[in-house]
Amino acid sequence: MFPRLPATIIPLMKHVLILFLLSSFVITSCGSSSNSSASVSPSKYIENKGSDTIVNLALAWAEKYQSGHPGFRISVTGGGSGTGMAALINNTVDIVNASRRIKQEEIDEAKKNGVEPVEFIVARDAIAVIVNPKNPVNELTLQQLSDIYSGKYTNWLEVGGEDRPIVRLSRETNSGTHVYFLETVLRLGNKEDKTLFSTDTLLLPSSEGIISEVRQNPNALGYDGLGYVPDDLKTIAIAKEEGGAFVLPSISTVNDKTYPIARDLYMYTNGEPTGVVREYLDWILSAEAQQIVAELGFVPVK
Amino acid sequence: MEKSLSWREFIITRLIQSSGYSAVIFVLLIFFFLLREGLPTLSEVDASSLLSVRWYPIEDYFGILPLISGSLMVTLGAALIAVPFGIGTAVYISEIAPRWMREILKPLVELLGGLPSVVLGFLGILVVSPFLRIFLDLPTGLTAFTGSLLLGGIAVPTIVSVAEDALDSVPRAYREGAWALGATRWQTIWRVTLPAARSGVLTAVMLGVGRAIGETMTVMMVTGNAPVLALKLGSLFSPVRTMTATIAAEMGEVANGSTHYHVLFLIGIVLFVISLIVNIIASSVVFRARKRAERILS
Repeated sequence: MFPRLPATIIPLMKHVLILFLLSSFVITSCGSSSNSSASVSPSKYIENKGSDTIVNLALAWAEKYQSGHPGFRISVTGGGSGTGMAALINNTVDIVNASRRIKQEEIDEAKKNGVEPVEFIVARDAIAVIVNPKNPVNELTLQQLSDIYSGKYTNWLEVGGEDRPIVRLSRETNSGTHVYFLETVLRLGNKEDKTLFSTDTLLLPSSEGIISEVRQNPNALGYDGLGYVPDDLKTIAIAKEEGGAFVLPSISTVNDKTYPIARDLYMYTNGEPTGVVREYLDWILSAEAQQIVAELGFVPVK
Repeated sequence: MEKSLSWREFIITRLIQSSGYSAVIFVLLIFFFLLREGLPTLSEVDASSLLSVRWYPIEDYFGILPLISGSLMVTLGAALIAVPFGIGTAVYISEIAPRWMREILKPLVELLGGLPSVVLGFLGILVVSPFLRIFLDLPTGLTAFTGSLLLGGIAVPTIVSVAEDALDSVPRAYREGAWALGATRWQTIWRVTLPAARSGVLTAVMLGVGRAIGETMTVMMVTGNAPVLALKLGSLFSPVRTMTATIAAEMGEVANGSTHYHVLFLIGIVLFVISLIVNIIASSVVFRARKRAERILS
């Protein structure tokens, strides 16, 4: 709308707009009791958006922070890392959550719009490979996982299980988890590798979809963030290479980097954050906030 | 006084006229929007790539054939389930059921039509798909058939409601004439009432199929979304990915103006053209049927 204005003024104008909307709301709806609403200072409003992997964590942070800081308003929405990045590029958000690093093309596009992405590592996450508890398979190597998802193995018999077809489950292609799994597991971290998911891999739109299918289907093999795996599903121990030790994902195995499918989780801001956004990000990296990270099944950065 | 009345008349007529035209204008605008956003695909992606069998947009594989076949497979299955079931229900409500039964059944069917599709999707994930996997001994219950079953459930109320109205408007004299000639109840329904209501019943079927092909949420939740080319009958019992689910799952994520974005709009055009073809066939059949009926009656 105002392409010539410096980037810093635009969020300010947004805040002014919100102030206007809020105050008009207060005046029209509860003129007599406006005392309580006046404490909601709109300059303490943070828009936080992005990865579905982090959305629960971001919500827990926002809740905790708001309860300790009355007057703070943090709106958290999911939609996927890509959705968040799009919002960052269009500068419609204060903090973006991402379960993958920002891509070079995204940085270029952001810079075209006058947005300068700044990166923070706020937590770590491990991807757990899950099967139905009735499935006797307990451990797989990364190579075996890659061969299953690329379609080379189609029966559990081939990886030491029962004679059952393998039903491969994956998140949709717009999920950061999907891209991370493709790069780390299917392609074993090799950038030249062009292996793709087998076409009959089921692409489910949510974590919940994967979990409910694994829960009721003994043929299924799925993956999901460690923080989302319920106790009634079986987690597979993973070995980095043939003959290596099989490691179950846990906070300690992720932190000492022995579990091979783990990654950093990011927040991005437009330029070095200032004011309320800075305060909030500093708090997120504090011990109090990192405690919440552990409670939700993610791995604290410190 | 008289002058102001005619003036008011003029405004009201124009308002009604413009709201009549608005439907045409909106359809045209939507079509132009689709063309504008979708046609750049043809210069960005080779035809051979578009007609390939691999859909993996984040690595620039844009084969849309699996998506088209997936949509057709699910819709065909839904039609096979919903058409006999829907027309049967309509015939029962209109011709056979006693009055009190009809007064219970019709609102119930319409209530079913108001069920949000996401609720049906949950039902599909938690009940229908596990049941089908065990009952039919499939590798997974998230298949085209599961989608067809639920879409059938969505299409049935539309078909019943429109077809029942059509059957109801067949003059009573037709039935009485058939009975007077000694026709049984079944012969009357099959040879007299249904053919007389044919155009309405056909409209019902087309509206039902139209709902099925455009439905998004339910199919996204229960068909597994695996972009496999579905050509054999057996594909009905394996996962498929439909055009609507693809647009819904990927549109929120895609960078505005990218090739992927344009391809998604191209898929929208394909969907639009398919429903246009269905509508044209339906109205031409209805038109021809009416002409013949008029000939016979005159």
